[in-house]
Amino acid sequence: MTRMPLTTRRAALFGGGGLLLATLWPSASPRASTGMLVENATAPFAPNAYIRITPDNSITLILPNIEMGQGIYTSSVMLIAEELGVDLAQIEIEAAPPGSAEITGGSTSIMTEWKPLREAGAAARTVLVQAAASRWNVAPSSCTAASGVVSHTPSGRTFTFGELATEAAKLPLPKEPTLKAASDYSLIGKSQHRVDSAIKVNGTAVFGIDINVPGQKIGTVAASPVMGGTVRSLDRDAAMAVRGVVAVLVNEPRDAVCVVAEHYWAAHKGLQALRPVWSENDNAHVNTQTIYDQLHDGLKGPAIIPSPKGDADAVIAKSHSTYSAVYQQPMLAHATMEPINCTAHVRPDGCDVWVGTQVADRAQETAADVTGLPKEKITVHSQYIGGGFGRRLEHEYITQCVQFAKQTSYPLKIVWSREEDITRDRYRPAYVDEVTAGLDEKGHVTAMKHRIVGPAVVARWDPPELTKEGYDEDLSVATLITSYTYDVYRLEFARREAPGVITAWWRGVGGTRGLFVVENFIDELAVKAGIDPVAYRRELAKDNARAVAVLDRVAKDSDWSDPVPKGRARGVALQFAFGSYMATVAEIEMQTPETVIIHRVTAAVDCGQVVNPDQVVSQIEGGLIFGFSAALYNEITLENGRVQENNFNTWRVMRMNEAPRRIDVHLIASTEDPGGIGEVGTAAAAPALANAMASAQGHRYRTLPLLSSRNQEKEAAR
Amino acid sequence: MQTVRVNGQTHSVDVDPDTPLLWVLRDVLGLNGTKFGCGIAQCGVCTVHLDGHPVRACNLPVGMIGERSVTTIEGVDNADPIVHAVKKAWTNLDVVQCGYCQPGQVMAAIGLLKTVPNPTDEQIDSAMSGNMCRCGTYMRIRKAIHLAAGETA
Ligand code: FES
Ligand code: FES
Repeated sequence: MTRMPLTTRRAALFGGGGLLLATLWPSASPRASTGMLVENATAPFAPNAYIRITPDNSITLILPNIEMGQGIYTSSVMLIAEELGVDLAQIEIEAAPPGSAEITGGSTSIMTEWKPLREAGAAARTVLVQAAASRWNVAPSSCTAASGVVSHTPSGRTFTFGELATEAAKLPLPKEPTLKAASDYSLIGKSQHRVDSAIKVNGTAVFGIDINVPGQKIGTVAASPVMGGTVRSLDRDAAMAVRGVVAVLVNEPRDAVCVVAEHYWAAHKGLQALRPVWSENDNAHVNTQTIYDQLHDGLKGPAIIPSPKGDADAVIAKSHSTYSAVYQQPMLAHATMEPINCTAHVRPDGCDVWVGTQVADRAQETAADVTGLPKEKITVHSQYIGGGFGRRLEHEYITQCVQFAKQTSYPLKIVWSREEDITRDRYRPAYVDEVTAGLDEKGHVTAMKHRIVGPAVVARWDPPELTKEGYDEDLSVATLITSYTYDVYRLEFARREAPGVITAWWRGVGGTRGLFVVENFIDELAVKAGIDPVAYRRELAKDNARAVAVLDRVAKDSDWSDPVPKGRARGVALQFAFGSYMATVAEIEMQTPETVIIHRVTAAVDCGQVVNPDQVVSQIEGGLIFGFSAALYNEITLENGRVQENNFNTWRVMRMNEAPRRIDVHLIASTEDPGGIGEVGTAAAAPALANAMASAQGHRYRTLPLLSSRNQEKEAAR
Repeated sequence: MQTVRVNGQTHSVDVDPDTPLLWVLRDVLGLNGTKFGCGIAQCGVCTVHLDGHPVRACNLPVGMIGERSVTTIEGVDNADPIVHAVKKAWTNLDVVQCGYCQPGQVMAAIGLLKTVPNPTDEQIDSAMSGNMCRCGTYMRIRKAIHLAAGETA
């Protein structure tokens, strides 16, 4: 991909004239803050977002990110509209075509787009104002742009953006468009309604699973229940005998079969009748315990040590006392509400794919690979996503769909059953961690050592991102990247790839993984030292003003210093992840060791400049509940290489009656660059809850899920 | 041939009688507002009304519906004060995230308010607990139902 600096290159605009402005920014670093603007209709490069203004005054934004619930459409629109001078209601939105290198994940959207989207809006506004000013023969500084109209204030004359678009397109773009001062924002920082609310309430929003292409047929699939198995036999006749079934397909690697029918139910019945038999392999010997044993084994022996600070072993050995604890976390499924699906129409001259994906580029690439067609013959139509959580950063289901669709002349929609969705997910890996602290006579940390044993997800997902030493930087969150200052610190990573499964990103990634361990451990140290857990953290974070501020705020808002209501307990967690700070207090009640009532959750968040405050709150609420659900209930287990949980009767999801009675989120006012928000709530959930439960029950919860009997057994074994 | 009355219209559909209503709606009639989530009556994203009462379409065989009439999210009567109040509350409070569960949530909420015009938190929880939301929008759903109840009271 060629990247152009800010340029004034021209090309014929689409028929009818108008202004098309594209913005792009380097995708290599998700934290890049400088964008580049180009203007071009038939761009040979890949822009990330477009502003399109046509003479009939229709204003369209083509957005780089995929809306999967996080409200990113609304906040992206706000950023552009703020500088462009249009009302949200005047704007139409389209999803960006593939070629836009943006990946929607890792809470990076707002961080990446904060500057480029505003610059795009400002650049377009500048040329529109200039076009008006030269028509009126007045100074551009005497004109203003608002609500899609340029006005000459002294004379009261106006032009709509549409009337100016064709002329504006001929003007050079400003090299560094002037951005509004924060004090002049009229949209940013003020809660705006989501732009996708109405269609999601009235049922007209089209998700991938809702695609209805003329002539399409519907298939449902079964992949080998043991990873790496291939199909040995199947009862094709029985499946074809089911009314409505039109085809039985086996894909090219022969690791999945598909029954195609006029409607899903017929396909489903056909698949049951098909009874495929699969070859077995070594993966069929993998059990959950195999994976945990391998992880515990990694607590000893060699490890990678990224950025050590001081000599942790020496300081710990000399310390007044030492303390150490081992934590275990399970594999997790994503179980997005919308089951995995994909629609593809493969023709000799091209291929269309309709899908909800966080990685449209990879979708295009894989379809090109499978069909042998050149990439430019593949069109990916991105759809609304019924929940991402990291699942749709994978594209193997798109590969699989195209493998089947290339065998059919008609468009083929593949819908996975929920059972297929959970048992053939790519899982958040299991991890075992051991943390050891040297302590002074008051119980304060002199040195800390933290060993992580588990896979390096990035090694498969984006191999160049694995460091030369074999380290996955995602593991730095909550360990090396933290609110706390340790004088002496050593992180160790012993890589153990899980057999029998493929591991993947999961909401909150390294933050969710790391914070459960670290915030649990810090809490334990506080309790041991007889120091209030908020005060203990405050001391450790004292060099970090933003961290201290969220901690103080949450202590105040949660009534931390007041006695806990009778029968209840509180737990706190502090975090710095995805560029945002958050402190969380959970107040719970446990009438029995198996029941947890979450009465109240209080959070204070500093995520820098907030674009759409109410949606930040919404993401925190939802992120917390998503995290509580997994923390309390969820664990993927394997028996003979086969995943045992398969639908919502065995994969428990928090329901409304189990959700917190109350969640209060306070946003700290800040002008720092925006941090991510989609994942911070999830990362906070497990540690805040585990610490509250420890306080309620008088023993630590070092294993997830929290309701796992292992937390009780370990206690009994003491 | 199975006959089913959906949103005031009678349809004859060429499927086996054991076919769940969900797939008749989605794949035969093209009414995709009703979603698929589990197929085993666990998640509620397929909630529709059968003679005005919320039911799960994924485990309701079309052959068992008989004369009863089905209403889907596409067919709710926007002139009905409860329907209007629920939809308005949902957008005013920006309840939705990914949105996939929301047609089912809205159908369940309308059904609740039809029988319990001013529900308590406990009544809301028990009526709505069959409707999962993976994005965790429960806090706002509770609020939106109270808001809608207040509007129609
Ligand atoms: S799809 Fe019907 S309840 Fe889940
Ligand atoms: S809004 Fe996403 S599942 Fe409810």
